[in-house]
Amino acid sequence: MISSFQDVSWRRLRKIVRDLSQAQKGNRENLINSFYKSFKSFGASLPVLIGVVLLLGLFRVNVSPQIISSIFSGEFFRDVITGSLIGSISAGSAITSYIIGAELLREGVSLFAVTAFLVAWVTVGIIQFPAEAAILGKKFAFRRNLVSFILAILVSLATVALMMMIR
Amino acid sequence: MKNKIEKQKGKRRWNNLYFLGLVIILYLFLFFFSFENAHKSLKASGNILIKLIPVFFLVIFLTGLLNYFLKPKAISKYIGKDSGVRGWILSVLAGIISHGPIYAWYPLLKELRKQGMRQSLVAVFLYNRAIKIPFLPVLIYYFGLAFAVILLSFTIIASLIEGKIIDMLEN
Repeated sequence: MISSFQDVSWRRLRKIVRDLSQAQKGNRENLINSFYKSFKSFGASLPVLIGVVLLLGLFRVNVSPQIISSIFSGEFFRDVITGSLIGSISAGSAITSYIIGAELLREGVSLFAVTAFLVAWVTVGIIQFPAEAAILGKKFAFRRNLVSFILAILVSLATVALMMMIR
Repeated sequence: MKNKIEKQKGKRRWNNLYFLGLVIILYLFLFFFSFENAHKSLKASGNILIKLIPVFFLVIFLTGLLNYFLKPKAISKYIGKDSGVRGWILSVLAGIISHGPIYAWYPLLKELRKQGMRQSLVAVFLYNRAIKIPFLPVLIYYFGLAFAVILLSFTIIASLIEGKIIDMLEN
């Protein structure tokens, strides 16, 4: 294992870093452009974020905890799988999943289920599946999503178990 | 291919607005139904949003920095170049630092596959896209630093396991 690192000399590493970076001296235009781009891409996802926040406000006031507990029963494994399933069929910015996840926690859903939801949100993409299958191959897309779904549950179990051990 | 991506981009933008529109219509209904509840809901939403605004600015700032320091095309040059330990490490790192919507990456990955990048490394790359550096402030804000660190560590481990499983299934 060590030997495979030896040929990464400092000079080569520096070259890679320089290659990856467009931050050259006096490149002010690039800096402004980069922030403009990030502002624009955030702006593009802002309608959804505001929509989600408005929906959460609606939920907080009008939806009773009973409705949430009818989806998340409190039964350990069922909840974890439900969390992973809901995360799998949802798509969108990861920030959205964090906001929704925190809200679910507030409503008393277990951290296991919420973590599975967060992980599945970003690793399993049922909505993107057609695009992924068309470009990277059906077999690959199917296997990748299936394995990711199972791993979302395992990652959630490992993460929360370790959290509990620390506390 | 490019046309397809543009189309998808446009579609996504409209989907974004549809969703917000739907929520606003829901609110309008509620206003007629029960003014008080609608008012309370708006207030609750406002409270959530106000707390989020500083975090949003941090996200924009971090994304800007990432845009400035990294060129996606350059990243792709280094993933899947070799399939030894270094190939795995590079795929993990590339997945973590890559940004932008996922569908923008599919064609690039297809190109790399044609050039001999292994399926397992594509899977590792895609899995590590779960780690979003610019969004870390939001994750930490809601779930705490310890949770974020542990979750991200396990995410990296899971990505390697997924790569291995894809490898095994392939053969």
